[in-house]
Amino acid sequence: MATGTKRQEQGEAAEQSAQAAPELVVKDGLTGPEAPANGREFGGDGRQNALKKYVDEEQLARGLGWFSIGLGLAELLAPRGVAKVAGMRGNTGLIRLFGLREIASGIAIFAGGRRPAGPVWSRVVGDALDLACLGAAYATPENDKARLTFATANVLAVTALDVLCARQLGADPDGAQTERGNVPVNKSIVVNASAEEVYQYWRDLENLPRFMRYLESVKVTGEGRSHWVAKAPGGSVEWDAEITEDRPNQSISWRSLEGSEVETSGTVRFEPATGGRGTVIHVKLDYNPPAGVVGALVAKLFGEDPDAQMQIDLRRFKQIVEVGEIVVSDGTLTGEGYTEQRPAQPLGVGLGAAAGQLQK
Amino acid sequence: MRANCWYGKKDVRVEQVPDPKILNKRDAIVKITSTAICGSDLHLYNGFIPTMQAGDIMGHEFMGEIVEVGPEVHDRKVGDRVVVSFPISCGKCFFCEQELFSLCENTNPNAWMAEKLFGHSPCGIYGYSHLTGGYAGGQSEYARVPFADVGTLKIPEGLDDEQVLFLSDIFPTGYMGAEMCNIQPGDTVAVWGCGPVGQFAMASAYLLGAERVIGIDRFPERLKMAREGAKADTINYEEANVYETLMELTGGRGPDACIDAVGLEAHGAGAHGFEYIYDRTKQALMMETGRPIALREAIMACRNGGTVSVIGVYGGFIDKFPMGSFMNRSLTMRTGQCHVQRYWKKLLGHIKDGDIDPSFVITHRMKLDDAAHGFDIFNNKEDDCIKVVLKP
Ligand SMILES: [Zn+2]
Ligand SMILES: [Zn+2]
Repeated sequence: MATGTKRQEQGEAAEQSAQAAPELVVKDGLTGPEAPANGREFGGDGRQNALKKYVDEEQLARGLGWFSIGLGLAELLAPRGVAKVAGMRGNTGLIRLFGLREIASGIAIFAGGRRPAGPVWSRVVGDALDLACLGAAYATPENDKARLTFATANVLAVTALDVLCARQLGADPDGAQTERGNVPVNKSIVVNASAEEVYQYWRDLENLPRFMRYLESVKVTGEGRSHWVAKAPGGSVEWDAEITEDRPNQSISWRSLEGSEVETSGTVRFEPATGGRGTVIHVKLDYNPPAGVVGALVAKLFGEDPDAQMQIDLRRFKQIVEVGEIVVSDGTLTGEGYTEQRPAQPLGVGLGAAAGQLQK
Repeated sequence: MRANCWYGKKDVRVEQVPDPKILNKRDAIVKITSTAICGSDLHLYNGFIPTMQAGDIMGHEFMGEIVEVGPEVHDRKVGDRVVVSFPISCGKCFFCEQELFSLCENTNPNAWMAEKLFGHSPCGIYGYSHLTGGYAGGQSEYARVPFADVGTLKIPEGLDDEQVLFLSDIFPTGYMGAEMCNIQPGDTVAVWGCGPVGQFAMASAYLLGAERVIGIDRFPERLKMAREGAKADTINYEEANVYETLMELTGGRGPDACIDAVGLEAHGAGAHGFEYIYDRTKQALMMETGRPIALREAIMACRNGGTVSVIGVYGGFIDKFPMGSFMNRSLTMRTGQCHVQRYWKKLLGHIKDGDIDPSFVITHRMKLDDAAHGFDIFNNKEDDCIKVVLKP
C-alpha cells in the first residue's frame, strides 16, 4: 500500500536521524548517558493512603468546616469584639462582611460532598498558612508572653493538619492500601558532591547515626551484616540487618534478618543530578513493627510525619558532605522540633556540644 | 554579656545572657562595636513574624572586632575589624556557588518551618525568628558568626563604623533593589518608601545611571532626607495622588522601574483609606499577612514592559494582586532578600572613593542599654527617627 510505504519511509528517515542525533547533541543533561529516561509517570504508588492511619480526614474536614462557620458567626454577631482584637473602631459593617465570607467557606466544605478536597485546599492556601503567620501577632496578650510560643506551635500544628487533610482528601480512596502500622518513608535531596563520594559515606553504615537522629548506633558485625539500635522516648529498639544489594555508586539496599523484632528494609539510590549539579539521593525506608510495646516505640521514632523527619535528617547529611559538619544555631542546640527549640541566645557551651551531642 | 532580647509584642529588654561560644568549626566570635535597629526588626517588634520565642536576641546589622576563630576559619584572624552580613551563608552549596547567598541551603537548621510557610527555605538570618534558624542576633556585646570567612567583610583603616556599618544589610539591600531594575541611561525610577532601605535604593539608582529618581512617602523628615541625602524628587502620598503625579511627571508613560521598599506594613491615605482598612482588618483576622498597598500602586504605575523590584519584606500572603495589569503589560517582577556578600566589596569601594557616605541616614545614636527606647521611637516615628545606631 502506498500510504504504508510512505509511513515506512518516514519511519526509516526518523530512525536515521535518531541514529545521527548523538553526533549533534553536545551535552545537555537530558541526553547524557547517565540521565534517566524521560517520559515517566510519578505519584501512582498509593503513598498518600499510607498516611491514612494518622487521622480520619473526612471527620477533620467537617471540623474545619465548623471552625470556619464558627469564626464567621463570631464576626457576624459580635463584630465589636473582633474589632477590638483588630485594634480598630467603627468598622463593624466590614467585619460582618468577612463573617459572611468565612461562613461561605465553611458551607463550601460541607457542600463539597463526602470528600471536599477542593474547599479544604482553599482553606489551606487562603487561610491556614496565613493563620500560622499571624498567630504570633494575634495571640500575644500584652500580659502573658509565655503563651506566645505555645500558641504559635498550636497554630502551626493546625496548619499541618489542614495540609494532611487536604492531601488525603485528594488521594484516591480506592488506591493501594498500606498495612496499618507500617511506617513508610520516602525522601530525596540534592547534594553538591559526586555519587562516589556520597555512596562511600552511606556504604559505611556506621556513619548513619551521625545524621539520622532516631538511630543510636549501627555496628557492622560481619560480611554485609550490622546491628542497629534506635532510640525512642521511653526505650530503645534493636535489630540485625543485612545488605541485600550493593551497586557501587548507584544504590544500597538492606533488610532486617529473619526473626528480628522489627521488620524493616531500606534502599538508598544515588542518581546524577541534571546538568552535573551533584547527586540526587533517594531514600526509601519501611518499618513494619509488630503490635505492642515495640510497635508503639517504632511509631514514636518517626512521629506523625515520617517524611518530614527524614527530610531534616537528609538536610543534616547534606551539611556533613558540603560543609563538613552539622550546622547548629542557638535555638536548635537541643533539637529542631517545635518543642525542642530554645531561645535564640547563647547557652554557654562550646564546640563539642555541637554536632548533635546535646540533641541526643 | 548584655543583649537586647525579644519578649513579646512591643516588649524588648536588654538583659544579661551567657557569652557566645564557638559551636561550629568555621565560627568566629565578634566583639560588637556598632549595631543598628532595622525597619524589618519592627515586623518582629509588632508581632507580624511567627516563631519568635521569649528571650530571642534581636539584631542582624552589626560590626566589630574578631576576638576568637574556630579551627576551620582560614581567611580571618583575631583582631580583624569586620562588618557581618545578615544572611548566614556556607559558601559551598549550589546557591552560594552562584552568589545567591541569601538562598544558602545549609544555614537554616529550621528549614522545615520555612518550607511550611514558603514552600522552600531561605538562608539562616541573625536574630530574625526561628523560621530563619533561631540564631542569636547582634544587638548585644558579642555575637557568634558562623562561616566567618564568607559572612564577614574586612574593613580597611581610615573608615569609621558609621560609614561602613550599613554594608551589613540596608546599603546592599537598597543597591540590589536598584540593580534588579536593570537601569538604562535616561531611566526614571520611582521608590515607594523613604526609610533607610528606600534612601539607599534611591542613591543606588543614581550610582547605576538613572537620570531621575522619585521617592514616595508621607513623613516630611523622610521626604526631606530623600531630597537632600539621596537627591531624589519626592511625592507625599498624603498630599498628592501618586499615580496621577507620576503620570504627570513622565508624560503619561510611567516610571521605567518601580521599587517597593515598604513591604508588609504599608499604610495608605486618601483614596487608599478604605483599601488600608480592608487590608488591616484582613491582616488582623489572619486572612492576609501583608498590607500590599505600595506594591499594588507600584504595579499599576510602572510603564509598559517595565520592572517592579520588591525589597520590602513580606511574610506570607497578600490579597488583590493586580495580575491583569501585571500580565497584560509585560511587566517583570524581581525580588529577594539581599545577597549581601555579592555586593559589599563593590559598595565598600564606592564608600572609599567618596561616591557615597551611608551615614547620612543616621538620626539617632544611643547606648545598647537604651534599645527599648530606640525601638519605641523608631516604631512610632517620633522625634523624626529614621535610623538608630546602638553602641554596646
Ligand atoms: Zn535589616
Ligand atoms: Zn550555601
